[in-house]
Amino acid sequence: MFPSDPSKRNSFQRRICDGDLVIVYERHDNMKAIKVKVGSDFQNRYGVFKHSDWIGKPFGSKVFSNKGGFVHLLFPTPELWTLVLSHRTQILYLADISFVISYLEIVPGCVVLESGTGSGSLTTSLARAVAPSGHVYTFDFHEQRAALAREDFIMNGLESFITVSVRDIQGEGFPDEFCRVVDSVFLDLPQPWLALPSAARMLKQDGVLCSFSPCIEQVQRSCETLRHNFTDVRTFEVLLRMYEIREGRMEVGRNGVPMVLKPHKKRQHLSSEGECEDEERPTIMAKPCNEARGHTGYLTFARLACT
Amino acid sequence: MAIESACGVSPSQKTSQANHRVTWEGCSVLLDINDGDRLVFARLSSAATLKIGNKKCSLRPLIGCPFGSLFRVEMGANGSHLARCYSSCILAENAATMQDKDYLHPSSEMKDNRSLFDNNTAQSLSSEDIDAMKRLFDYICEAYFKKYPTRIGSLRFDALCLLLSMANVGAYSDVLVLDMVGGLLTGAVAERLGGTGYVCSTHFGTSRNPIDIVRMFNFSSEVNSRIVQATFTDLCIIRENDSTSFHQDLLKTEGDIKNTKSMDESIQETNVSSDRSCTSHEIFNAETRGQSSPQTDSNPPIEDDEGISVSSTTVKSISPGRQASSELVNSWKERGFSSLIVAAPEIEVGSLVQKLLPLLSYSAPFAIYHHCLQPLAACMHRLQASKMAISLQISEPWLREYQVLPSRTHPHMQMSAFGGYILSGIRICSDACNGSQQN
Repeated sequence: MFPSDPSKRNSFQRRICDGDLVIVYERHDNMKAIKVKVGSDFQNRYGVFKHSDWIGKPFGSKVFSNKGGFVHLLFPTPELWTLVLSHRTQILYLADISFVISYLEIVPGCVVLESGTGSGSLTTSLARAVAPSGHVYTFDFHEQRAALAREDFIMNGLESFITVSVRDIQGEGFPDEFCRVVDSVFLDLPQPWLALPSAARMLKQDGVLCSFSPCIEQVQRSCETLRHNFTDVRTFEVLLRMYEIREGRMEVGRNGVPMVLKPHKKRQHLSSEGECEDEERPTIMAKPCNEARGHTGYLTFARLACT
Repeated sequence: MAIESACGVSPSQKTSQANHRVTWEGCSVLLDINDGDRLVFARLSSAATLKIGNKKCSLRPLIGCPFGSLFRVEMGANGSHLARCYSSCILAENAATMQDKDYLHPSSEMKDNRSLFDNNTAQSLSSEDIDAMKRLFDYICEAYFKKYPTRIGSLRFDALCLLLSMANVGAYSDVLVLDMVGGLLTGAVAERLGGTGYVCSTHFGTSRNPIDIVRMFNFSSEVNSRIVQATFTDLCIIRENDSTSFHQDLLKTEGDIKNTKSMDESIQETNVSSDRSCTSHEIFNAETRGQSSPQTDSNPPIEDDEGISVSSTTVKSISPGRQASSELVNSWKERGFSSLIVAAPEIEVGSLVQKLLPLLSYSAPFAIYHHCLQPLAACMHRLQASKMAISLQISEPWLREYQVLPSRTHPHMQMSAFGGYILSGIRICSDACNGSQQN
């Protein structure tokens, strides 16, 4: 996903090879991660696609099925991975992930601790942020989930940046070997306050911690405990509102009165080849989507106090 | 497993990485005075001073201390001076006051600049504290957003974070940016590149977009060397790999640096008054005077493979924003940029994006920040119609902060209503170029 060798990054020169992971894009809400293998097929409602047809093409290409339908093949990124990965647990999405990574000041070279691993959505983005010289140590108490996450990271070529361990962080804290070596800690636990004293020991001077909790009672308890060893305790909510666009026409009646909206099919060319009647103008209109995510969790950040 | 072997970097190497934890002479810091009451950018030198109340204090005690340190104004034999105070006493005070039900927590009420309460106890707790020297981009962004938003096109922190993630910014990326937010975007991208890859700030026409805010980041030479500029025209034309023209560009830049006034001579004194215009002035001054004062090496620069000059005895500091060499530009033409971020909140984006997209590799993501919805909607439609991009999405970031206290937990009374809009998408191979080989 992010190559340790810069010459292997996606570029005009890069071609899809046997063994590559590609993101098969049907629609914005319909994507799958597929490992390319000579001789294999990919099937969907548009038909059958041969993997061998994909090999040798650049990422971003449009490829066709035996029935003439098509999909696009995209280069995997952590953002796309978040949208296609299999959910073993509730995951973090783009709005929270982007905020956490920036607020935790994670840059290449950082050492980051995470618990729990869950489905590895955030972990993948953390790995991108610390690469090439940093590392993510992630812990989950659920052995099977840890194993599945480990497999995903290997499939994405990230195993050199991520170490998955099975451990009960709430009960045992983080391992002593990380004392004062860690730049940032991220917690997504049911009772994060139990892990805070240990986290405080792991962090370097001025290190930053983030705790993600869906419930306000968890946040209250965490903040109370944080104030013992941490400063700058702040809690946020982040969300994204989406918009959809439509093409329509405003009709002005002959006697100047009624304005009627007639939605046209999307994807019609704006520069309608001389179809415009006298008082018609094509318009693009944006409107918020009807559905939205109302809540994911509260993000509480704190900085280890200087001593 | 020992940490050293796991990530191949020994602890001592890590401490010299971008994350400097301790201040040094000449570095830029952000001083948070009285817990958010006043934010001042300053450059630390032995001669620098700061005026608090009617007292003038030297900033020298701040040099060599960890970022995040807390200082108090104390009276001494020679007048007022800044003394470092250690967190245990502050935390004890905080803990004690939390239990007092009548007490209003200073950090929640005073940060709301238009606080409705005038509670004397809140004032007396931390009248002379200078908290935390902070320097990473989240604080820079927040400070500007609070005090001088027009300089950064009202680019709110969460919107900036989204741009970085949507554009898949990470090590070894070649990121193309159109930065009309003072350099905040360029700096944030460079921070995430960590000294690898490149961030190319481009512009149409001849006048460069100012990227002064980049200097606030205190980047090392390694990171600064990754921040380059190129006109759009340059990026479109394939030039002869001409190392001599690069030399001329470099010499020109060095000349500019030598002519710039040294920051050490010009730390401004600040007044206590919560006069807004005064504070803006401070930030403005810090920025325009933020020309670094490097002693450039007199040895001739040696060019590495990518035509970027690296002196064997290391130039003391490389200024960010140098002209991209023709070798570099040609390599981008061959490989394409990894992603594109546009933060030009008030200009026409539709045609701009159509011109910039062809510079990206296929399957490269892009993110466009704008103040207005309609231009982004038009741009999205154009991209759909011309089949240049897929996975197109217009989002509006929403951010809310909470006060969390026993029996007093609620969102802050004030909140930012506007974080702009972002159009994101992925460039694809349109029908016309499908299957053709790019050299």
